[in-house]
Amino acid sequence: MDARAKRAAPERAVGQALPHDSAHLHVSGRAAYTDDLPEPRDLLHLAVGMSSEAHAAVGSVDLTEVRAVPGVVAVIAAADIAGENNYGPVVHDDPVFAEDLVEYVGQPIFAVAADSVDAARRAALRAKIDYQPRPAILDPETAVAQDSFVLPSETLTRGVPERALRDAQHRLTRRVRCGGQDQFYLEGHIAMALPQEDRGLLVYSSTQHPDEVQSLVAAATARDAKDVVVVCRRMGGAFGGKESQAALMACIAAIASDRTGRPCKLRLDRDVDMIMTGKRHDFLIDYDVGFNGEGVIQGIDFTLASRCGMSADLSGPVNDRAMFHCDNAYFLEHVNILSHRCKTNTVSNTAFRGFGGPQGMFAIECAIDDIARALGKDPLAVRRANFYGLETRNTTHYGQTVEDNMLHELLTTLAETSDYPSRRAAIQAHNSGEPLLRKGIAITPVKFGISFTSTLLNQAGALIHVYKDGTIQLNHGGTEMGQGLYIKVAQVVADEFGVSLDRVRITAADTSKVPNASATAASSGSDMNGKAAQKAAQTIVGRLREFLAGRHAVSEAEVLFAGNAVSVAGQAFDFSEVVRMAWAERISLSATGYYKTPKIHYDRASFSGRPFYYYAYGAAVSEVVVDTLTGEHRLTRVDILHDCGDSLNPAVDLGQVEGGFIQGVGWLTSEELCWDDSGRLTTHAPSTYKIPTSSDVPADFRVTLSESSANREDTIYRSKAVGEPPLMLALSAFLAIRDALATEGNPAPPLDAPATPEAVLRAWQGGTL
Amino acid sequence: MSSVERIRFVLDGEIVELDRVDPARTVLQYLREDRGRCGSKEGCAEGDCGACTVVLVEAAASGDSLQVRAVNACIQFLATLDGKELITVESLSGRGAALHPVQQAMVNEHGSQCGFCTPGFVMSLFALYKTRQAPSRVDIDDALAGNLCRCTGYRPIVAAAERMYELADDANAGDWLAAAAGSELGVAERCAVLRSLEHDNDIELGDNGRCFHAPSSVDSLTALLSEYPDATLLAGGTDVGLWVTKQYRDLNPVIYLGRIRELATVEVTRDGIDIGAAATLTEVVPVLLEYYPQLKELFLRWASPPIRNAATLVGNVANGSPIGDSMPALMAAGTQVVLCSAAGRRSVPMEAFYLGYQKKDLRPGEFVERVLVSLPAPDTVLKSYKVSKRFDQDITAVCLGAHVRFDGDRICDVRLAYGGMAATVARASGAEAVLEGQVLDEALIDVAMNAVGEDFTPLSDMRASADYRRAISRNLLRRLFLELRAERQGKPASSSVYAYGRAS
Repeated sequence: MDARAKRAAPERAVGQALPHDSAHLHVSGRAAYTDDLPEPRDLLHLAVGMSSEAHAAVGSVDLTEVRAVPGVVAVIAAADIAGENNYGPVVHDDPVFAEDLVEYVGQPIFAVAADSVDAARRAALRAKIDYQPRPAILDPETAVAQDSFVLPSETLTRGVPERALRDAQHRLTRRVRCGGQDQFYLEGHIAMALPQEDRGLLVYSSTQHPDEVQSLVAAATARDAKDVVVVCRRMGGAFGGKESQAALMACIAAIASDRTGRPCKLRLDRDVDMIMTGKRHDFLIDYDVGFNGEGVIQGIDFTLASRCGMSADLSGPVNDRAMFHCDNAYFLEHVNILSHRCKTNTVSNTAFRGFGGPQGMFAIECAIDDIARALGKDPLAVRRANFYGLETRNTTHYGQTVEDNMLHELLTTLAETSDYPSRRAAIQAHNSGEPLLRKGIAITPVKFGISFTSTLLNQAGALIHVYKDGTIQLNHGGTEMGQGLYIKVAQVVADEFGVSLDRVRITAADTSKVPNASATAASSGSDMNGKAAQKAAQTIVGRLREFLAGRHAVSEAEVLFAGNAVSVAGQAFDFSEVVRMAWAERISLSATGYYKTPKIHYDRASFSGRPFYYYAYGAAVSEVVVDTLTGEHRLTRVDILHDCGDSLNPAVDLGQVEGGFIQGVGWLTSEELCWDDSGRLTTHAPSTYKIPTSSDVPADFRVTLSESSANREDTIYRSKAVGEPPLMLALSAFLAIRDALATEGNPAPPLDAPATPEAVLRAWQGGTL
Repeated sequence: MSSVERIRFVLDGEIVELDRVDPARTVLQYLREDRGRCGSKEGCAEGDCGACTVVLVEAAASGDSLQVRAVNACIQFLATLDGKELITVESLSGRGAALHPVQQAMVNEHGSQCGFCTPGFVMSLFALYKTRQAPSRVDIDDALAGNLCRCTGYRPIVAAAERMYELADDANAGDWLAAAAGSELGVAERCAVLRSLEHDNDIELGDNGRCFHAPSSVDSLTALLSEYPDATLLAGGTDVGLWVTKQYRDLNPVIYLGRIRELATVEVTRDGIDIGAAATLTEVVPVLLEYYPQLKELFLRWASPPIRNAATLVGNVANGSPIGDSMPALMAAGTQVVLCSAAGRRSVPMEAFYLGYQKKDLRPGEFVERVLVSLPAPDTVLKSYKVSKRFDQDITAVCLGAHVRFDGDRICDVRLAYGGMAATVARASGAEAVLEGQVLDEALIDVAMNAVGEDFTPLSDMRASADYRRAISRNLLRRLFLELRAERQGKPASSSVYAYGRAS
């Protein structure tokens, strides 16, 4: 918490621990989400009719009873789609409405438009659909066995892993699983489409990617992009779940709107949201690792098989990122990674905070833990022995040099401040008494690559207007999902103009203001939009500076912007006065800004290059207590040290670290996705799907932002991305549970994630119940 | 008794009167759709996420005091608001007005990120603010047990709960809303308004061809039940609400128990703790804890304040789910279920009330009027252990309720009731027989653990596999043994990981 007080000079906004720009609206219920917008006249409400089968040919679809429900105005299916029946962004394999074939339980087949939400939802249940079931593949094992993949399997090899494994002093193999995770944004998926004149269409969408929604809506409704405007002021959480799949809701609303000529809104009920839309990929992981007596990895072979679901969606880049993060913090000299992208008859999995990184890091951290347990060493010692070096052993398996390595420093500091060695000793002493409640501790590092691995996505635009009264409207391609992007970028812009934040109005993401924007994803929001907005501001400031220097015959260096004023060779003018004068001189007070991330390049065919501009680092120590009778467990203390570079807003960044960590704890301990034998998700509501609550947060929770760390790269004010990396700090909680279970007779408990009480009890009993 | 065909409630100081209300209309639908008050959000429509949390205020049964309770607007039916004051997030600070201390604390502590859950948290914190003066971390966690936040990791929200009291003076104040717990400010005036809405008539109204009855006496209720034996009986609505929001069932008519004062009672008599059908968990739990203090953890883990404020204990019993949280403990304690109809009353032991999965010994026109929980005899112990994936607000995988009486070193009156192991909550008769009258020791408990394995054939579902249920049904007996042994030796008994390291 010390981080909040740090650095920033009082007249600057950047670096200040300012509240979220909408905090006062959030707390008073005045922040408008898509469903809160005033409803237009004649609005129709939509509900989706979904497949009840995991894999089946669709015979007759009888919608008579659907249409008969009072209040129903129209029923829309594939035949009503004027354009392309697809919302898949990369591979066009995601039909908006299934036609002859359904491939997962919950797949949309039709939608009902009615004059109330209730009528639409009731009607959607009345369809009589004749299915001819086909064999369904419901898990990655079966998919691998049957060569069922959404995309070709990929291999990344460095060195000679086979020989290194053969020659290794020690060798172990293991199969371990980590579960998927529902994003569980509190605001479910929603879109509202409003017809505009002359074939225009306005879409309010809760989306991380308005540009993609615009493209897909245009394609589905046989329009041009110029005819579609997509707007999103804020989302009630997204976490990746609204990166690609928000387009489905928007397309359905747009198609229904075209068909009826009326505004249409589709808001998913929570259960439907969880059944119909994708989640984090669960992974089946096999590794074969060779190591020496110090625990240094000599060779390692990974096979990763992930549940992609019925279509490709973002599974390609998700699995690529898993491959890139199979090293986490460790130098893998001889490594082979085989990645299967399994096609299963379940919902198409998608982005979720970390985007494959968590699963890759889970794999290597389990391996490191196994090595330590096999050698009877402190896992921290094994981690250190494998860390990337500062000068040597510092090239990743994909050929990027780790230039900004903070691992040694962070782990040393954290081990010290958290008292890790003595606590570990005390825990071992406690456990040696064979208590019912055992304790465990683990310290794990995070090194996470920042940039979209698809290089072309690393571009951003911004648009700034300065009005005659000296106030400013700010727009950029980034979306606000709670992560504090908007306040951070506003802080940057306020500082560039030297004005107070109250002069800057933040405006909604809007495809008519900034075109072709990338998704707000990959933790890149502030890096890219901050820079783009900075450039736009600098353009206008440059014009003002030139104008004032000319008028007062001074050098441009003598024109300074600060404190809502402009100083011209010592003479102060109010900022608004300067703006008015510039306007009177017919100087443009509007500008765009554009940024592309430098230095990155990457050849996907060979999996080599520099996909990441830089790395973000962190480390965590978790301590747990575990009930050996039931497998129930609690986090008792957590210490985190996380690197945000020179933070743009330490309060916002701290929130990302704390929130990301707890979300990761949920992924690894309590959030369990269960499907039954017919492929139906049985955990599709908060009653059965358990994300952490307040009491799951350790009473002793010490989170510090690293003080030492201006970004080596020229990022916006030398800050670092912080959206995703902290999630993976939660690996420490998972491994602490495993630590608690380890005994002489069961030194490497076979614990899979999520470590639910059942999984923990099973591991405690050596793998059986 | 004559009927009144309207409901009245208070919202922002105005008395709202409605004479057409569909019994299935929720408070959340009313706020968002009819009133355009979109501050309260729908996150799940089943009372599990808390984004819709609002506060209901009622005048206490006697004297000038107010009952302030958070509830889930998504499953609270509009027609049940009669006679109450409804407070929403918009009520706390008018447009342009200063933020309420609770809201300001959330801003100061960075307690919101995406903000969608925030109005619900604010309302749960507001209820805490009005009811507790210096809550502990456990109190705060419990107050927030029904609110999910996916962004913050809760730490800053807990901080806001700790610091909101410091801001009490800053708030525009003068009014009841801003005054913290313990203040008398404005209480009498609010009570007076609420009292002015009270009446003893039955209520009958409806809309869309569906009818809502709120009788004010048991006689009216039994008469209605004779007339409409298939009516849906509504008390807290924490299950019935989901029939509407998730299953789209048409409920007609609905008969609401919440206006019947004689059913809202919790009385301790010679015969036991007598709990009426309209008494909420919030009202019942403190009384049960007075007699059975070892149930404290069970009640902390059971549901959340917004659910406990609406749900009734009798509803839990009458619903009869095999994973209902009250029944293992109540069955172990010894509980009679009192059934009532126009034809009269009868009483059955809880064990006999449950006939099979979702089958109860309930005749047409009959309803569960009360339950009568035995008082503890000397030297008895009643414990209940619940196991679920999450500690707070989760549905039981397995729950054990255990009653024993010590006769010297021997244990007798052994009653072990398990939830989650069979089609109903049921006694482990084999294990009971092993233990009855014996001196408790390590070898005996092993035999009893094996006997439990013979007593049940559990199922696998998303909450737990059959194997896990079997394993913990045995292990919970071991826990019971270890705790009883420790208690006999005067050592600290709880072996709960839940309580570990947390001040209670």
